[in-house]
Amino acid sequence: MELFWLLGIPLAGGVFLALWGCRRNAPEINALFSFLTLAVASLLTARIVESGPMVVGDGWFFIDSFNVFLVALTALVAFTTALFSRPYMRIEQEHGRLNAARLRLYHASYQIFIGAMLLALTTNNMGILWVAMEAATLATVLLVSLYRTPASLEAAWKYFILCGVGIALALFGTILLYFAAEKVLGPGGTALLWTHLNGVKAQLEPTVLSLAFVFLLVGYGTKVGLAPLHSWLPDAHAEGPTPVSAVLSGLLLNVALYAVMRSKVLVDGALGTDMAGSLMMGFGLLSVVLAAFLIKRQTDVKRMFAYSSIEHMGLITFAFGMGGAVANFAGLLHMTMHSLTKSAIFFAVGHATQKAGTQLMDDIRGLIRTNPTLGWGLMLGTIAILGVPPFGVFASEFLIITTAMHEHPWATPFLLLALGVAFAAIFGKVQPMVFGETGLPRLPHQPAQTPVFLHLGLVLMLGLFIPPYLAAWYRQAAHLLGG
Amino acid sequence: MMALAFHLQVVNLLAALLLLISFAMLSQRRVVGLVTLFAWQGAALAVSTAIVAGTTGQYHLYYSAALTFGLKVIAMPWYFYRLVRKLDVNRVVEPLINIPTTMLIGILLVIFAFNLALPISEMSGTVTRSTLGIAIACVLLAFLMMITRTKAIPQVIGFLSMENGLFFAATSATYGMPLVVELGVALDVLVGVFVLGIFIFQIRETFDSLDLKHMEKLKEK
Repeated sequence: MELFWLLGIPLAGGVFLALWGCRRNAPEINALFSFLTLAVASLLTARIVESGPMVVGDGWFFIDSFNVFLVALTALVAFTTALFSRPYMRIEQEHGRLNAARLRLYHASYQIFIGAMLLALTTNNMGILWVAMEAATLATVLLVSLYRTPASLEAAWKYFILCGVGIALALFGTILLYFAAEKVLGPGGTALLWTHLNGVKAQLEPTVLSLAFVFLLVGYGTKVGLAPLHSWLPDAHAEGPTPVSAVLSGLLLNVALYAVMRSKVLVDGALGTDMAGSLMMGFGLLSVVLAAFLIKRQTDVKRMFAYSSIEHMGLITFAFGMGGAVANFAGLLHMTMHSLTKSAIFFAVGHATQKAGTQLMDDIRGLIRTNPTLGWGLMLGTIAILGVPPFGVFASEFLIITTAMHEHPWATPFLLLALGVAFAAIFGKVQPMVFGETGLPRLPHQPAQTPVFLHLGLVLMLGLFIPPYLAAWYRQAAHLLGG
Repeated sequence: MMALAFHLQVVNLLAALLLLISFAMLSQRRVVGLVTLFAWQGAALAVSTAIVAGTTGQYHLYYSAALTFGLKVIAMPWYFYRLVRKLDVNRVVEPLINIPTTMLIGILLVIFAFNLALPISEMSGTVTRSTLGIAIACVLLAFLMMITRTKAIPQVIGFLSMENGLFFAATSATYGMPLVVELGVALDVLVGVFVLGIFIFQIRETFDSLDLKHMEKLKEK
């Protein structure tokens, strides 16, 4: 029942906001719909934590502790981003960068996007998972080009074509998966249901599945932003409106990685080797290292944090690639931390760029003098994402690196080097933005601060103390991934 | 049995036709010609899917054939023709790599595709398994076309033709995906083309051209 509402509310929200248009309170209604989604997601989470995994709706939907954790995270960040976008979009409108018609498009697509991601997370059918991922991309293409500047159109086109090709490869992977499954489960709709596949995974044809996994990994990996398929990501993040950057970075990348992980569980069962894990480790490590060195060269603040997202998604992919209870636990924890911290950073960066009127880091200076809370938000967010204790990112990165030292010592120097380079580059660039001298005026509106500090507070709390029920929940999810 | 053998030959013929059309698309310089070829490719796909449905008793494939016919033979080509006329972009355009070279690369891709398909089609139990190689070849050729074109509409036709190849692969290896999934995929493709329509007008408005060469500003310095 909760599930029906979980998917129904964003969809209804999308239709309603498309019809409601640009009346004065559209942003509040957007936030209200997101809040309702969050409320339903919490109910669903409570139910799963209490009574374990469940299959709903004739086997079409499947919820266990792995995806319910992502559902809760998605709903939470979607809600706080809606809160942030309220003042943000109002300022953009006053600056004349957006008009009423585009705001209508923004609000409607936002809800559809959230709905598509929730569908991708909860569906049991690997084919529907593909459909929902593609729907999520399509919902955001026009959001990336919302400002209609040449650069934003270029970014959106790149996003459209590259992710389209990527997802076409994933479709081929899904076809191969169905091909292998159909032999065991018989033709028809049930052969793509993940729970059924998981039950017979040992009997699936290994050669076909390994080929299928390569296509699925490359396909969904394009969406995760794994190097060398990442080139759409910094453009889309930098040129789209900041709330869109926040949800792309904080949510969409996670959902794409979720799709990879669901496939990995099946492939591991069929092959009995760690071929899937090694591939993921390779892609992950390459992304971490490449992104760290590219961060150094950025001049645009949103681009820089987009590369930092590639770095962190690479780290998470690497952790899941290593497998085992500890690494999976660390991967899940890092997914949570990255989502919360990165979206908080984008909230702060969004207001900072509005204030300076540019995204060039050289022109953003002295935030702390004119808008102290904004400056501190950006500084703390940056410290958190760089993995400074006591923030939660430290805990998850520490776990990942210590596991890497035990299991794959050859990878450790690369990881440490990349993290070090990224630390120096990001900190060196953010520090003058926050503390330098400035002649910039204050923001005309009160910036959205609650979402920033709510996220950072959660990250801090999880760094100091993970409540036992949450730890148990993560352990359960890590176990499902084959720990 | 006689009938089955005959039908299979027709399917094989249509598969060969698909491959030929893919090559023709690679060598086509005009956008309108490309749209016509795309429509023919869709028609070949729809007819072969319908024949497979009839001979094997997989009746859900009839829906998929009808869907292909409605979307890819009627709706989308009609829409593209309109778009091309409205935007007046039907000129001769040279691809990035000259056409003879592209054709040679295409032939290599076909050889590669047949090698890739061999182990899979040996495992397949469908009567149409021999066409899997052609399906993969179509996907790769469409991919090549996307790489070598710099205009917006040809790139998208390449993308859609890639999707045709994938559908053909699904039909030849497994008699098609479950119906729900096919419906979902068709819906996504439809929305995608719709989004593209809006998008092309935005690009046109901003750049006064659909040449993607204008869109190479965002590069790593």
